[in-house]
Amino acid sequence: MSEIIKVGIADINLVSPPNTIRTTGLGSCVGVILFDQVKKIAGMAHIMLPDSSLSKTPTLNEGKYADTAIKSLYNMLIKRGANGKALKAKIAGGAQMFKFSSGSEMMRIGPRNVERVKEELSALKIPLLASDVGGSSGRTIEFNPENTLLTIKTVNAGTKVI
Amino acid sequence: MDFLRIQPIHLDVLREIGNIGAGHAATALSTMLNKAVDMKVPSVNVISFEEISEMVGGAENVVASVFLRIVGDAPGCMFFMLPVEQAEQLLEDLLVGQTVKLTNGEESDISLSALQEVGNILSGSYLTSFSDFTGLNLQPSVPATSIDMAGAILSFGLFEISTVSDYAIVIDTAFTDIERQDEVKGHFFLLPDPLSFSKIFQALGVPLDE
Repeated sequence: MSEIIKVGIADINLVSPPNTIRTTGLGSCVGVILFDQVKKIAGMAHIMLPDSSLSKTPTLNEGKYADTAIKSLYNMLIKRGANGKALKAKIAGGAQMFKFSSGSEMMRIGPRNVERVKEELSALKIPLLASDVGGSSGRTIEFNPENTLLTIKTVNAGTKVI
Repeated sequence: MDFLRIQPIHLDVLREIGNIGAGHAATALSTMLNKAVDMKVPSVNVISFEEISEMVGGAENVVASVFLRIVGDAPGCMFFMLPVEQAEQLLEDLLVGQTVKLTNGEESDISLSALQEVGNILSGSYLTSFSDFTGLNLQPSVPATSIDMAGAILSFGLFEISTVSDYAIVIDTAFTDIERQDEVKGHFFLLPDPLSFSKIFQALGVPLDE
């Protein structure tokens, strides 16, 4: 029996076959998947904000910010036996759900999240194999570590697999 | 935001804001539709981000929403949100004689514009009474509409709060159409920015203990 592992907002989780991993309702948040295709281990983070320097709390929720979430997901995968050099990434999300004429920085959060995720991946030398980002549609994504396919469902723009 | 400093009296005050604000909005809706609209007792909850989506049927549930930023003395976000079938029903009541579709690219300009206007009027009356009640200077931004997954939409209102907390204080008021019991069920969500709470409590004479 295969299960679907859930990833909540600002959450990180790992998966291996036959299970799949999914997160629902990504708006300007970004879903990042790192996977080792040989060892068949993968993990997903649901990132809300670009940088942990935005945090004003004494304790940091690592899963919330692009910089800390990707490092933490990377470390979790290594601990579980993944080969750091073999890790690859797929990402989806970073939409702009609402359009305003007077766009403040907070309103551009989707594109900023995507930029920061890409920077962090290249800093860790993780190749980004596929992405589905931007636009104005919410996304629900599900990753299968067996064939490393990421299925993206939207309300207004159909379903696609990357 | 230190939620530990919030006492039951503060939640009561926020509930009263939901009560008065949504009361005025329900009256406006009732006038627009020319029929009775029933409002539920507002709920004020300190809840995790996940739970907010659960209030409108889960993160993946498709909703029609109008979003606006509140600017002024106590900034925050406001959402008017209802399940997509019920939004279609509501708009059909307004645009007499038209069939309204809001998904799959079948949405007409007039129905989107009507949805935005409904959101504008309702949130405007909510915000005006919130402002009168507290004496705070509050203005709405131009409203934006989106028909999409509830989780994707709501997360947009959480960025300000998410830098200081994993929880949000949500003032939720649900309403129903009396004739079609529970059929038209919309929500008003008011999400004040973290720094706005102390201003709201101060304005209403129940300051947070320092």
